[in-house]
Amino acid sequence: MEQRIYSVSEVNGYIKDLIDGTSALNAVYIRGELSNYKVYPSGHHYFTLKDGESALRCVMFKGSAVKLRFRPENGMKVIAFGRISVFPRDGAYQLYCNALTADGIGDLHVAFEQLKEKLYREGLFDEAHKKPLPVYPRRIAIVTSSAGAAVHDMIRILRRRYPIARVLLLPVRVQGVEAPPEIAGAIRYANRWKLADVLITGRGGGSLEDLWAFNDERVARAIYDSEIPVISAVGHEPDVTISDFVADRRASTPSNAAEIAVPDIAELLRKLRDAEIRMAQGTIHGIELREKRLETLAKKRVLSDPTAFLQDRRLQLDFVHQKLSNAASGRLAGDEKRFTRLAAKLDALSPLKVLGRGYAMVQDKEGAVLRSVEQVFTGDRIRVQLADGCLGCTVDERE
Amino acid sequence: MEKNKTFEENMQRLDEIVGQLEKGDVLLGDSLALFEEGTRLVAACREELDRAEQQVVKLMKGSDGAPVETAFATEEA
Repeated sequence: MEQRIYSVSEVNGYIKDLIDGTSALNAVYIRGELSNYKVYPSGHHYFTLKDGESALRCVMFKGSAVKLRFRPENGMKVIAFGRISVFPRDGAYQLYCNALTADGIGDLHVAFEQLKEKLYREGLFDEAHKKPLPVYPRRIAIVTSSAGAAVHDMIRILRRRYPIARVLLLPVRVQGVEAPPEIAGAIRYANRWKLADVLITGRGGGSLEDLWAFNDERVARAIYDSEIPVISAVGHEPDVTISDFVADRRASTPSNAAEIAVPDIAELLRKLRDAEIRMAQGTIHGIELREKRLETLAKKRVLSDPTAFLQDRRLQLDFVHQKLSNAASGRLAGDEKRFTRLAAKLDALSPLKVLGRGYAMVQDKEGAVLRSVEQVFTGDRIRVQLADGCLGCTVDERE
Repeated sequence: MEKNKTFEENMQRLDEIVGQLEKGDVLLGDSLALFEEGTRLVAACREELDRAEQQVVKLMKGSDGAPVETAFATEEA
């Protein structure tokens, strides 16, 4: 009897067939920790899943890897799904992974999407409900942990940018089961006592679980109900929470919230200097404009020559007179009479003529022509206009 | 009179005055009065900005529910 001698390929092929034929290994969920995670230029991901005792080599092809909803990192606890098969070249079995979800956070992720959808439908994210932030807040409430860098970052920036505001810290826990009711409670408390003109709530960066309090429905509703405008400032730029959607403004970080909350004092001082200059220029411009207008008016004949008005009237009169004379000279006697009458009227119309005959025109100090002694009282100043000038007089007697 | 108003009101009024003076359609007497008012507003706003160091307090709920202020030590920049 001769022993059958197999080639390596035959053995590996045999084992591969065995494993591939085991349906339990064709679709399997495996919980483990990621290690040795590598992304190859081909786009395929290679990693090892391990637990306390064992390790399992895994590969995730590009087509599945692009569907990942998070960036896998060594040490992360995950649940991998795929099939076990053999790579005959190495004689090694491995997991051909189709999907990778973060262990524990998978549920949170679902919860996040569900709450987001629910609150969106209820209108909690409506732009119309969002309140504008005050431009010059006098009191700024901060609802966050009194420990950690975030609160100090915010206070430092508020102090540098706008030291005239008062900063009120409402210390709360920002992670753990106690955090959501504490944050929501502090926001409602600030509103009940009208503590501030603007409110910042948030925390520094952390894992998705660390930021979870800001994905809580109680916090979302407290922000929505807040009469005080709320700036949400959770984690770093890419972190997005439900609070960010509900808040009147979303800041990318706590420091950014401090910058959004207040104007920059240096900018305001520049603005004040600018206002001074513009007011001075505006006033001077206004005066210059009037000077120019005055000059134009002063150049007009009526002002440069006060008798011009009378001269004009005289010229007009002469012109009419001449016309009448011409007309009259060749006319009948009846017309002659009419002419004399008209001429006399015209003569009478000339104030100079009248004044030239020794009459005077009397005006009160407002310039109204006096027609009756009833119009003045003893002691009133009056002006007496003669043909060649004007006298200022006081009424001594009235009869 | 500017003292009783908020910084915001003063800044708004100042904006208005600057706008009116720049348009130049106010009466001469009014423009001088506006200029004076504006100058006073600038001074009042500046004074406010020059005011004391920012106050940071920690608020805790007192036994009767009313807020109680305590000092909060901050890291100096």
